[in-house]
Amino acid sequence: MTNASQPVVEVSGLSRTFDVSKPWLNRVLERSPRALLRAAKDISFSISKGETFALVGESGSGKSTVAKMVVGLLEASAGEIRIEGVDMRSRRQAGAEMRELRRRIQMIFQDPYASLNPRWRVDRIISEPIRAFKMESSEEAISKRVGELLELVRLHPRDGAKYPHEFSGGQRQRICIARALASKPEFLVCDEPTSALDVSVQAQILNLMRDLQDEFGLTYLFISHDLAVVRHMAKRIGVMYLGRLVEVAESRTLFKTPKHPYTRMLLEAIPDLEMTGKPRRPVEGEIPNPINPPSGCAFHPRCPLANERCSREFPKFRQVGDTGVACHAVEEGRTTV
Amino acid sequence: MTQTPLLSVRDLRVEFPTRRGILKAIDGISFDLKEGEVLGVVGESGAGKSITGTAVIGLLEPPGRIAGGEVLLKGERIDNLSQQAMRKIRGKRIGMIFQDPLTSLNPLFTIGEQIIETILTHLPVSEREARDRAVALLEEVGIPAAADRLNAYPHQFSGGMRQRVVIALALCAEPELVIADEPTTALDVSVQAQIIRLLQRVCRDHGTAVMLITHDMGVIAETADRVAVMYSGRIAEIGPVRNVIKAPRHPYTVGLMGAIPSLTGDHDRLTQIPGSMPRLDSIPAGCAFNPRCSLVMDKCYRDRPDLVQAGESRAACWKVSETEEAAGR
Repeated sequence: MTNASQPVVEVSGLSRTFDVSKPWLNRVLERSPRALLRAAKDISFSISKGETFALVGESGSGKSTVAKMVVGLLEASAGEIRIEGVDMRSRRQAGAEMRELRRRIQMIFQDPYASLNPRWRVDRIISEPIRAFKMESSEEAISKRVGELLELVRLHPRDGAKYPHEFSGGQRQRICIARALASKPEFLVCDEPTSALDVSVQAQILNLMRDLQDEFGLTYLFISHDLAVVRHMAKRIGVMYLGRLVEVAESRTLFKTPKHPYTRMLLEAIPDLEMTGKPRRPVEGEIPNPINPPSGCAFHPRCPLANERCSREFPKFRQVGDTGVACHAVEEGRTTV
Repeated sequence: MTQTPLLSVRDLRVEFPTRRGILKAIDGISFDLKEGEVLGVVGESGAGKSITGTAVIGLLEPPGRIAGGEVLLKGERIDNLSQQAMRKIRGKRIGMIFQDPLTSLNPLFTIGEQIIETILTHLPVSEREARDRAVALLEEVGIPAAADRLNAYPHQFSGGMRQRVVIALALCAEPELVIADEPTTALDVSVQAQIIRLLQRVCRDHGTAVMLITHDMGVIAETADRVAVMYSGRIAEIGPVRNVIKAPRHPYTVGLMGAIPSLTGDHDRLTQIPGSMPRLDSIPAGCAFNPRCSLVMDKCYRDRPDLVQAGESRAACWKVSETEEAAGR
């Protein structure tokens, strides 16, 4: 396939702004300016073949926006997404090549209750990508393939005759995975695939996703707010805060030596199941409103290490050791409180 | 235990009559809660943990009804009280915190009005005193500029701040027991930690007992003294938090603990329990966990196990009974 050096997915300088202004008449009457929400700003990362890259962050950090842009459900305001070297934004390559590219990217959504058509039988749901991309010619071949896919996600081929409501949440997520695999993709974007599920079911789905990755050499972009899940699944992790990537590191490194104060705060906030009784430093404040983000580094009002420079100047993303981090304090070496 | 427990639930059963028969949401659970104790109730969705909370406080949604058993608050039965009498207990002696703070606050009243009203309803104080008390409470739960914020409406608060208001509201009449149903589930991780710590601190200061209902074992590990693990309307295992988490006895608890991705260890695969919790209309005979259990025996298909003492915990499992008996003789 592709040589190892070329990443499957390359995202650079990706940004997305939403216009959340009031209607024109209100703006004129109330003399209010346009309001823009920067959901994602200057996001860059790359994922190599067979790797799982995770984006983690709290609500409103822009992780789902990035996921949607990567699969092409949302247009980027700026920046570039390259899938195996092909620019997703270039409309000139429409037609066959673009179609082939879309086949290779699939997505798994958070809510398995909302992402399946309740009026369709499961076999129709799963066969849709096969039909859309004309991957099999005869009806017989299609139904055989659907059966295989159902077995792949540990369901019974007979389940294809049922409707989505006849399944539990975990089983529905399996159906979503089967649908995503139907077009034989190489790259899967998983947006909080297990956060609607119970722990024991979550474990089944995570195990299944890893098995499928090993079997088909899939590349995952894994979005989650759950650090424990992310640590279990991902090789590299990007931490997002208010639309920006604040730290990117290998999973092991990130959990052992978190650099950015926000990452450290997140790690400290996880309830400690080991019951070591270690004291946890309380985290101050909440995520600010993204329409009016704080000046300079967006994290500075909550940051124990913040100084005057942080409130004025936006920190550049730079490499410190094995970790990429955007923080003045780390750069200047003032890392102890 | 010579002292009467604060809350005592005896063989509680809750049913939902439907067209297709009666669904047993809670099928004979018993537990005690001492004064000032934090009891965690964990389980996956459908285990009946929220129903247990609403049954105790008398807020079961019809057609749900208590079909048997007793709920005793300091030795007095409260499950058969009239709506009138129950209303006096709710808020005054038992406070409640719900999962979604936006739905448990009235959007049309300022938070000050809501807290003051609750205080005036339950405590013999003047309006002036009630107001001072409300401010003190809001300060206690960490709301900055509390006196000014009294005039703010719920939508003017963020999620975490709203949950702080709800905690203040639940505590304003100095109840002996607070039932907190998934108090942190709707919140972000960093805010969740703040709220858990707050709940813990405030309840310790006031000597309030807490029944903490959640699906998150991590939250339980941090907060609770004892934990009850529920499965399919029954208690599978109950005991001191440390014992249940570190040395679970019931195969379901063992599986549940293994299923949680760890932050420290390196596991390639998570332990998985096959299948999912049975639906209420198809609970298997015998032990409800038998289709998913790896240690299943013939007996498990026939008879339903009751809680037996196993070390410091109690577990409802034939395998545990067997090993305990073997060790006992």
